[in-house]
Amino acid sequence: MLALLSGSVVLLIVWFLVAGALPALRDGYLPRLLFDEHWQPGSARDPQFALMPMLAASVLVTALAALLAAPLGIAGAVFHRFYLPKRLAVWNQRMLELLAGVPSIVFGFWGLTVLVPLINRLHPPGQSLLAAGIVLALMILPTIALTSQSALRSVPESQLLAAAGLGMGRFATVFHIALPSARSGIGSGVLLAIARAVGETMAVVMVCGNIAKFPGSVFDPVRPVTATIALEMGYASSSHKALLYLAGLILVLVTGALTGWLAFGKRNAGEVS
Amino acid sequence: MMKSAPLLIGLSVLSLFSGCSREKREIIILTGSSTVAPVVTDAAKRFEATHPGVRIEVQTGGSSRGIADALSGLATFGMISRDLKADESELTAHRFAIDGVGIILHQTNPVTDFSRQQLIDIYTGKVTNWKELGGPDAKITVASKAEGRATLEVFLGYTGLDSADIKAGVIVGENQQAIKTVVADPNAIAYVSIGAAASEAAGGTPIKLVRCDGIEPTNENVAAGKFPIMRPLQLVSHGEIPATARDFLDFLTAPENADLIESHLYVSLSK
Amino acid sequence: MKSPVSRRNHRRFSDLACGIVGAVAASLTLVVLGCIVWDLLRLGLPHLSWLFLTGEVADGGRSGGIGPVLVSTVMIVVIALAVAIPPGVGCALWLSEFVRPGTVPARAITGGVDLLASVPSIVFGLFGMAFFAQVLGLGFSILSGGLTLACMILPLLVRTTLTALQSLPVDLRPSAAALGLTQTTTIRKILLPAALPGILVGVTIGVARSLSETAALIFTSGYATRWPDSPGDSGRALSVHIYDLAMNIPNGAAAASASALVLLLMILVINSFASFLAERWLRRYHS
Repeated sequence: MLALLSGSVVLLIVWFLVAGALPALRDGYLPRLLFDEHWQPGSARDPQFALMPMLAASVLVTALAALLAAPLGIAGAVFHRFYLPKRLAVWNQRMLELLAGVPSIVFGFWGLTVLVPLINRLHPPGQSLLAAGIVLALMILPTIALTSQSALRSVPESQLLAAAGLGMGRFATVFHIALPSARSGIGSGVLLAIARAVGETMAVVMVCGNIAKFPGSVFDPVRPVTATIALEMGYASSSHKALLYLAGLILVLVTGALTGWLAFGKRNAGEVS
Repeated sequence: MMKSAPLLIGLSVLSLFSGCSREKREIIILTGSSTVAPVVTDAAKRFEATHPGVRIEVQTGGSSRGIADALSGLATFGMISRDLKADESELTAHRFAIDGVGIILHQTNPVTDFSRQQLIDIYTGKVTNWKELGGPDAKITVASKAEGRATLEVFLGYTGLDSADIKAGVIVGENQQAIKTVVADPNAIAYVSIGAAASEAAGGTPIKLVRCDGIEPTNENVAAGKFPIMRPLQLVSHGEIPATARDFLDFLTAPENADLIESHLYVSLSK
Repeated sequence: MKSPVSRRNHRRFSDLACGIVGAVAASLTLVVLGCIVWDLLRLGLPHLSWLFLTGEVADGGRSGGIGPVLVSTVMIVVIALAVAIPPGVGCALWLSEFVRPGTVPARAITGGVDLLASVPSIVFGLFGMAFFAQVLGLGFSILSGGLTLACMILPLLVRTTLTALQSLPVDLRPSAAALGLTQTTTIRKILLPAALPGILVGVTIGVARSLSETAALIFTSGYATRWPDSPGDSGRALSVHIYDLAMNIPNGAAAASASALVLLLMILVINSFASFLAERWLRRYHS
């Protein structure tokens, strides 16, 4: 019953998005979202509604963040579990939990005042795919590190002792025993983090530059879907609002499909080995 | 663990009802622009102190939200930081303050003055280098506001441009984000609320306001109607206004409460 | 074939390299956190005082304190946890103990939970405003905010609890059954206590996310800064306060930083307390 409740919340939310998006669907905006060239919904002369660059931006920013954060988080968790003395390990964990609790606006401000000027010196304007990726990576790092730690902690002691008994070094134990055994836990942590990254709004809006075009390099500004919703929802007229709901709906469905596919691929790989 | 669920839900529902059962008070609800909300919140606090039976709820969500809530009756007043549009004529606007919109540059930028035509050239991408304006040889980073924002609409109104004409390098939301963008990029240009920019500059932030058409961007010039780019801060209502709400409206524009509006760096209409 | 000596050297080297990479990764996190906290301290510390913690919000937040905001924040988080933990843990228990993985209902629920995890926080905010505030008639209230947050952290709790339960030794269940324990007893006395550290990770991340969430709360628990009388009142959360100070109030940076410091301190206290409780519980369970 409780499980059903948990599952039905998502139905409620999807239904809510569909209801919000309905006017836009009815007026046939869907093909425009796919085929328009620019995003200028407020223009009186030539309104255009290109969603694809934003979806691409959402995917790119998330991928960059995951690529940066996953190795760091998992390596950090291995270090935490197998190298760090217990007393220090507790503090390491506290720090990660603290990082998890830094409000997104603080990350955004830090990104805009510290990170963006640095990138700006390399390649203006600084507000870019790269900046958004780094800030997001920092935000999802604690989720990956903490869930990986918890997965590594639950690797049975007996397996580790057996590995030691066989004369395996720590490196071999980590790579051949601990990580494979904790793989599913680490995987679901990374998935959670990816989902979080796609949905993050307030920090990204501050550092991504918000230009709705396909980026040519990591130094180009981008505009993920969530940034558009955050920037325009409070100021949108009714038909524009329906479009934003539609954009949100498409984002949720795309990420759902993506994480589902990742999880499914993971499960299949698990069955093979 | 599972057993406690109904108990907890029950408890929270119970506490909800205990909240509702308090004695009835007159409630004024205001929703809308995040620019207007802080100053109205402060005014509401002062009003409540002298009117014990009244409770004023201030909630944000943007100017469109204010319009929608005023129309649907969810809010007594909507708060907006722009003029009413032609299709919003069912509403009555009550202007209580003015906010000038000025052009800001990084402090190190030698340019000090823009004509309207220069601004148009910069924002449409005709002029892309500071060299052409007497500045250093560096590419201009054009910062503009997101679609629908009141400041953008005021800027478009002043320059006569359409939002599709603007070729921006970065797009920002709130004023503070525009200011931080200029701080982060010495070659950036942005347009923001004059009061906010002036007070940040006075607080040591390395930005500067520059002249438009030769007019200094100060609140005095905005108050005198000389400065060309400005927007009204107003409450909007739909239909009959209740007596207490009318009192609050008068309170907001009363000369003795002008200090509230000025402490938020807007131009009060009461002087 | 390598000689035993070179193999040992090789092993020593790879062990060392692994440790160094891990240490760099772990310390990088700390450096970034340090960087952020240093910035907050530099700007916010002069602003912090006892009065700041207990006083009312004044002048848009630039003067006065954050007393009512703190109270609202605590209420919102408590409601979110109280509402989200039972279904979250229950859902994970059901998925791990009562259905076979891979069956249609299990897939549907896991898929639903994963989809929920990928809903953007701003969409949660809009949903909360439409559903809890308007359809259920709760209005802008601490309760609306707490319920919205509960929906948001639910997938987090389900996922972490599920991971914790699945990683318990498989032989726990048949052993318990062989001892003649009912499934309920097994869950209550064996599985849940054993999975507690993992569940707690979910709860601590959940607390951290609840405390740091802005977009989901600004439209639900709202903007009011008066002392809340009940969960039916609107009350501004600390993160919303920080957002407002940073984005809408000129020269609000000092107060925003001070508020952020308080928020970090709260997380530190809550998490230390939670792990202290868990350790005590574990010790009792082992003895």
